[in-house]
Amino acid sequence: MTISIPPSNPEPLKSLQPKGWMRYLSFSLDHKVIGLQYMVCGFIFYLIGGALASAIRIELTSPMSDFMARDVYNQVLTLHGTIMIFLWIVPVVNGAFGNYLIPFYVGARDMAFPRLNAVAFWLIPPAGLMLISSYFINGAAQSGWTAYPPLSITTPAAGQIIWIISVLLLGGSSIFGGINFIATILKLRRPGLKLMQLPMYCWAMLGTSILVVLSTPVLAGTLILLSFDIVAHTGFFNPELGGNVIVYQHLFWFYSHPAVYIMVLPAFGLVSEILPVHCRKPLFGYTTMVYSIMGIVFLGLIVWAHHMFTSGTPPWMRLFFTIATAFIAVPTGIKFFNWVATLWGGRISLNTAILFSCGFIVNFVLGGITGVALAQVPFDVHVHDTYFVVAHFHYIVYGGSVFVIFSSIYHWFPKATGKMLNENLGRFHFLITFIGFNLCFAPQHWLGLNGMPRRVAEYDPQFTFVNQISSAGALLMALSTLPFLWNVFHSLFKGDEAGDNPWRGLTPEWLTSSPPPVENWNGEAPLVTEPYGYGKTKVPEPLNQIGTKD
Amino acid sequence: MTTTTPLEKDSQSEVPEKGSTHEHADHRLFGLITFLIADGMTFAGFFAAYLTFKAVNPLLPDAIYELELPLPTLNTVLLLVSSATFHRAGNALQKQNSKLCQKWLLITASLGLAFLASQMVEYFTLPFGLTDNLYASTFYALTGFHGLHVTLGSILIFIVWWQVKAPGGQLTHKNSFLLEAAELYWHFVDGIWVILFIILYLL
Amino acid sequence: MVSICLIIGGIWIGNNVNLLPIVASSNAPVYDELFKVLFTIGTILFVGMTGLVIYSLIKFRSKPGELEDGIAIEGNLSLEILWTAVPAIVILFVGLYSYDIYDRMGGMQPLEVHHHEQHLMKGSERIWGGIGSSSTIEASNQFTAALPIELTAMQFAFIFHYPKGDITSGELHVPIDQPVNLTMESKDVIHAFWVPEFRLKQDVIPGQPTILSFTPTRIGRYPIICAELCGPYHGGMRATVVVEKTEDYQQWFNQNAKLIDIEA
Ligand code: HEA
Ligand code: HEA
Ligand code: CUA
Ligand SMILES: [Cu+2]
Repeated sequence: MTISIPPSNPEPLKSLQPKGWMRYLSFSLDHKVIGLQYMVCGFIFYLIGGALASAIRIELTSPMSDFMARDVYNQVLTLHGTIMIFLWIVPVVNGAFGNYLIPFYVGARDMAFPRLNAVAFWLIPPAGLMLISSYFINGAAQSGWTAYPPLSITTPAAGQIIWIISVLLLGGSSIFGGINFIATILKLRRPGLKLMQLPMYCWAMLGTSILVVLSTPVLAGTLILLSFDIVAHTGFFNPELGGNVIVYQHLFWFYSHPAVYIMVLPAFGLVSEILPVHCRKPLFGYTTMVYSIMGIVFLGLIVWAHHMFTSGTPPWMRLFFTIATAFIAVPTGIKFFNWVATLWGGRISLNTAILFSCGFIVNFVLGGITGVALAQVPFDVHVHDTYFVVAHFHYIVYGGSVFVIFSSIYHWFPKATGKMLNENLGRFHFLITFIGFNLCFAPQHWLGLNGMPRRVAEYDPQFTFVNQISSAGALLMALSTLPFLWNVFHSLFKGDEAGDNPWRGLTPEWLTSSPPPVENWNGEAPLVTEPYGYGKTKVPEPLNQIGTKD
Repeated sequence: MTTTTPLEKDSQSEVPEKGSTHEHADHRLFGLITFLIADGMTFAGFFAAYLTFKAVNPLLPDAIYELELPLPTLNTVLLLVSSATFHRAGNALQKQNSKLCQKWLLITASLGLAFLASQMVEYFTLPFGLTDNLYASTFYALTGFHGLHVTLGSILIFIVWWQVKAPGGQLTHKNSFLLEAAELYWHFVDGIWVILFIILYLL
Repeated sequence: MVSICLIIGGIWIGNNVNLLPIVASSNAPVYDELFKVLFTIGTILFVGMTGLVIYSLIKFRSKPGELEDGIAIEGNLSLEILWTAVPAIVILFVGLYSYDIYDRMGGMQPLEVHHHEQHLMKGSERIWGGIGSSSTIEASNQFTAALPIELTAMQFAFIFHYPKGDITSGELHVPIDQPVNLTMESKDVIHAFWVPEFRLKQDVIPGQPTILSFTPTRIGRYPIICAELCGPYHGGMRATVVVEKTEDYQQWFNQNAKLIDIEA
């Protein structure tokens, strides 16, 4: 069997696009360029969001509000939450990897709507810049990423309005992306490729995009109403004018709960791609994995009120949402057990990608367990809006999604750049990230249980020591980005050549050159009906031995 | 594991021949439908908000106004008829009767504009303003958002009309995507109006 | 064998590690019971999963240079059924158990019970909240005896009002072992009333009265914390609940009461 095309093959058709690094700043229509644009842009925002998180942790090393003013603290935490969610996790796990990989996986040369795709990306930088610049204009929004009215109506209007506009832009970008993914996966499949032969990431993206299309517009509508309340003094959510603040919460969480699965389902998909390659085993339980994704999508749409257990919901509603929420553990659990079964009996190479993926499994299980606890109304009435919740979701968004993003970068960097990342540096990066992460967020469970509310710049002095431990962990996490960045830049220029298929993978993106040509394949797209056929047939020898030297 | 090599010809393959910009009309329509589902969810959110406000925030008696029915009923008729005329336009184009198609398009657009005009008349005669009370605000938000859709739709129809009319125009029976898209969108906007009419005026 | 050790270990940890603050209301022991169960299940699951991952990584790691593949197992139906069913049963158990706890905390009591206090609140028909046991022992009898207190939250303070003595206070004084009914409303934005030692929290919402009942069971001063972001001084929005002997409470009450009311 042939894996890649001899380099002597003629170049494919050239499009009229800028070349070299300039094309990453252009309105490029190439899905790979757009994917990398999302990635780099997202990572820059991650550094900014992380710098804000560091500011939060510095403030919290002492029980006084001394590092920044109280209202500045609220602006910082609002920006941190908004940037991390809307400008880092969502664009990267969906936009970056989705754009890069989905066309390969369905055997297409590009996304269904390349122009829409480019528009979707180019909505992001202006939205992000606007959001951040609002801090320097009149002060950023300071009502948290949830922007609950009436607080969001009574705080300074300029920052809140800018926040609304940029979230609307980002939501629009996300919807355009979702439409594109659905069309690409369902309509652009290479002839001969069946749905149940698609790599798992496609299913994850299909599920995610359904959530995006169904829930993001509701957020958009809600924020438009909120902006009317602020600008035109209507009273939708303003009790002084007869409005109802709880309705906002329902509408907001109708989007924002599914949003958490928008942040994590693609990560599930990515892990499902990474594990089989490095374990040299087929993905365990493909069919149940597909059904569990769809189960999560369905359940994810009907559990939103678990964020509102203390805000005054009738008892029947509390019960319904408790049960529905907790049941998400079942489809999610299926995925985790299947991954462990994939590890079991494999030939696992302990490289950075697999370490981050396994770190993800461990962290996410802990975050999921605290999630199931939070779903129980009587439990939640004590810990709602405390650091226990902060710990829960950082275990999931950082320990889950961010770990997977790192894992994926180590896995696909060779494909996108043609260079290998340094493995030893990578393992070192993993080690301090993992330690720093747990040091930072594990103690926060205790803080929450014992009486530290979230979103405060000052706290009871009895919590000082534990907060300092947490801050030390955050410092370690901040430092851990340094070896990573160095690794990326160094490898980009001086790294070992990767060859086309350093991991001996079977999914279609490995069956072309690294980096891939403009139209993905010279000649026709290969038909891969068994993306996880490890251990079945003789697997291709690595084209370049460097890739497997550890 | 079956990996067909790039050199080995796959009999059923129809890999698009060129350019990363290849688009197929049917996919665009599919994309539009997905977009309309999303758009529909925005309305669903508004409807849900309106209905809950109505259920849990009863208004003080002096803040309740009976809405007049004649004008909105006329509006409903206008839009339903315009859906039919748009369909006619599409049929005409399929039969390659460009003149007829243009005629029906103009009629559809005028119906849309008539709708907007009559909506304006209603706005100016209503006894409440945007910020009078919760009910008033929701009323204007819902009808206003819908009116925005009608406005966009009307502009779209004029673009379609112009494209059909233009000599050597791009819109022919072979390449009628824009007309189909506009028609689908128009039916969607009409459908939303019917729901809106029911819950806003009749309930 | 391993799993038995795991389960026993988990139960031991669940029962012996105490992560929670002091117990100071009749609600708190019920809460801690639930916490123990959740903590036990959580520990078993987490240690089990982590153990499996680490074991696999060590046991099945490949030797350097090895290019062999693992075994090509693609799935196993009975395993899939097993790990769908077991979590489902655990979830069902946890759900039923927490329903029971919720009921014992008074969450399922129809809010009409409180309605005789309706005159305390102007206007609204809708009251929400209602979690928090007035008393776990004899809920129905105790309700009539519950001490009604009104709470008004505003940026950035809690104000308590005792209708019986027309006392307005920034500190919440309550007698031990007597059920208290708090009716709460906010003047501006959303706040939340939280006493960690009582394990109870309820948002205080503008335009929407909420209710919270509790029975303090331990003498002392505990912090009342605002748990909902309400503006720059949200972190400083605190008050104290003073749980005192009935006599001490009575004394405080008499000192401050404008309308002396023997009933109180
Ligand atoms: C990617 C993001 C993400 C994900 C995937 C989740 C997943 C889950 N979340 Fe989380 N959550 C957030 C992000 C996320 N959450 C955020 C950001 C907030 C705070 C928002 C804010 O207020 O700012 C939040 C808040 C939050 C709350 C509200 C807390 C409060 O404010 O009081 C609740 C309550 O029910 C909850 C529950 C859950 C549950 C049950 C899951 C489940 O999906 C978890 C399921 C997974 C597992 C359970 C682990 C694997 C399963 C097994 C190994 C099987 C066996 C397990 C059992 C039998 C238990 N979450
Ligand atoms: C979705 C993803 C996400 C991610 C990845 C993170 C990452 C981190 N978060 Fe975040 N967090 C949220 C989402 C996320 N958070 C949300 C939604 C909230 C709620 C907001 C709200 O209440 O409204 C929140 C709130 C929140 C709080 C609670 C604030 C409060 O309630 O008062 C804290 C406190 O410790 C915190 C800490 C951290 C830390 C230490 C990290 C670390 O993991 C960050 C590590 C990364 C770095 C440290 C970057 C290092 C780089 C540099 C330092 C170099 C800088 C260079 C340049 C700028 C060029 N976060
Ligand atoms: Cu009041 Cu926070
Ligand atoms: Cu949620």
